[in-house]
Amino acid sequence: MRRITWFNAVSLTLGFAFLYIPMLILIIFSFNSSKLVTVWAGFSTKWYGELIRNEAFLDAAWVTLKVAVLSSTAATVLGTMAAYVMVRGGRFFGRTLFSGMIYAPLVMPEVITGLSLLLLFISIGLDRGVLTIVLAHATFSMCYVSVVVSSRLVSFDRSVEEAALDLGCTPFEAFRLVTLPIILPAVISGWLLAFTLSLDDLVIASFTAGPSSTTLPIKIFSSVRLGVSPEINALSTIMIAIVTVGVIATSLLSKQAIARQQREEREAAQA
Amino acid sequence: MSDPAPATGTGPSEFAPWKDPDAQPLIQFRNVTKRFGDFTAIDDLTVDIYAREFFALLGPSGCGKTTLMRMLGGFETPTEGTILLDGQDIGPVPPNRRAVNMMFQSYALFPHLTVRENIAFGLKRDKLPKDRIDARVEEMLRLVQLQKFASRKPHQISGGQRQRVALARSLAKAPKLLLLDEPLGALDKKLRTETQFELMEIQEKTGTTFVIVTHDQEEAMTVASRIAVMDHGRMVQVDTPDRIYETPNTTYVADFIGDVNLIEGNAAAHHEDGKVEIHWREGEPPIVGTPMGEVPDGTRCTFAIRPEKVAISKDHPEGSSNIVHGKVLDIAYLGNMSTYHVELPTGVIIKAQLANNRRIARRNITWEDEVWLSWTETAGVVLTG
Repeated sequence: MRRITWFNAVSLTLGFAFLYIPMLILIIFSFNSSKLVTVWAGFSTKWYGELIRNEAFLDAAWVTLKVAVLSSTAATVLGTMAAYVMVRGGRFFGRTLFSGMIYAPLVMPEVITGLSLLLLFISIGLDRGVLTIVLAHATFSMCYVSVVVSSRLVSFDRSVEEAALDLGCTPFEAFRLVTLPIILPAVISGWLLAFTLSLDDLVIASFTAGPSSTTLPIKIFSSVRLGVSPEINALSTIMIAIVTVGVIATSLLSKQAIARQQREEREAAQA
Repeated sequence: MSDPAPATGTGPSEFAPWKDPDAQPLIQFRNVTKRFGDFTAIDDLTVDIYAREFFALLGPSGCGKTTLMRMLGGFETPTEGTILLDGQDIGPVPPNRRAVNMMFQSYALFPHLTVRENIAFGLKRDKLPKDRIDARVEEMLRLVQLQKFASRKPHQISGGQRQRVALARSLAKAPKLLLLDEPLGALDKKLRTETQFELMEIQEKTGTTFVIVTHDQEEAMTVASRIAVMDHGRMVQVDTPDRIYETPNTTYVADFIGDVNLIEGNAAAHHEDGKVEIHWREGEPPIVGTPMGEVPDGTRCTFAIRPEKVAISKDHPEGSSNIVHGKVLDIAYLGNMSTYHVELPTGVIIKAQLANNRRIARRNITWEDEVWLSWTETAGVVLTG
């Protein structure tokens, strides 16, 4: 066992403080009974109650959820297809160009993506609303899904697909019955990534949202400009809680699954 | 030309369709060439493989044996030439429409399916009724003795069991032809030997034609009815294991299969019975050997003799026509036999093998001993290729 030196302890503390003090302050002040955000006046949960009665926030939350589910699903389908073609398609004309173009949105400034989408929607006469945000989010999160899925496909034993073909599958059946089930964990994490990207996107949503379709990040941002209210703190705390629970749950589940697999492999080797 | 090797004794009724001019081959390669860019993997290859054969493709990595097999499976198409299966050109037929199944080197089991589902996979694609599928899967599980493991996933069974699942899965559809790509490569030596016999038994029981790719010559010798020794996209020799071993047609084959002494020299003085003398060193008597083909006087040739056909003794042997004298340089003790490396006065080293049918203390040849090596006129072959 290596000893914890004072240097390690200090850098650890500094790092975590840097990361988590802002969030900690936010959580603490969400339980403040005072309306003034920076003055502590005793513990209270009344802002959470206020939040539930605030229709505007609830509407925005509902829009955000809808957009996130729809856009991440679309992005997952498109991104998986793109990854499959890029990894399995062999060498075809313009392959390098295509694969480069798929990943370009990763480094493209969001403002430019948002602006170009806005121009597109205006020029084809598509009214801005939930649909346009879904399309925009699917566009930019698709490349993230494709990165996650293609890294799984690269490490995938090609002969498993060949075995499926050999046993009578058409190429599509081989994908549906063999490839997809095997890469499913990567597809799911791609979906989750797209989902969270959509949840917290402000820039692209601002360009493509209409008056009737405000997402939560837009709502929070615009109300903060009128001054931070304890309600916002409460809302943010809820979001932090959801994310924390989600992350801990998935990591526990995958840890368990790995441990089970290793145990079974050990047993099989001994048998 | 007289046949120097004895006929293969594989039982009362010898299985040798390749000797029957009327036999219809199951697979025919006709002038097949396969190129990948500038690289020629298969070079103008023509060969017939017959039904119920256990045909081994043997060669070092990169010799084209896997490409040949993948062309049979439908994963590669020939650049030139045709491949016929049962008289039909299978070039344009995709893998899922071929009555050919393949057992992959990595086994390629479906990790998300149980052993039973893996074996049933191909049958389900044929849309067979459920009870027929179940019956066939049970039959296959029995064949490879995996009934107890039917509901396990591939990661829950051992390597040897996975190998058997892969075999059962590829046999389930009763293919005309089964391709095995280094099927035993991942198993340890003891298990491999056992499985070789199991494979032969299963091949006999099911009557399927097997084509096996291997780089392990011992494995090929054990299982195959015929072996094709490959080098650089060509088949150097296609023959039964004993003929490949006893009468190799080139030094490449002689050197690739088993251990061999290769002695270069010039052919001279043909005897009346077809044997030929080889002058190989000043001061050494010529070697008398049996040529495999025409060897005109003065041809540069190689005399190849297996170490176990070289007798070693401390006294001058009587009766043999090829006798040389040397000093024991090294002894490799292999348990069941020992290989003696004997250095002749000219510096040439000849290996002689002796079965250890006596306990080690009783053997009388040791390092630095002066010994005599001898062999008969028919023990070795004279090769020009």
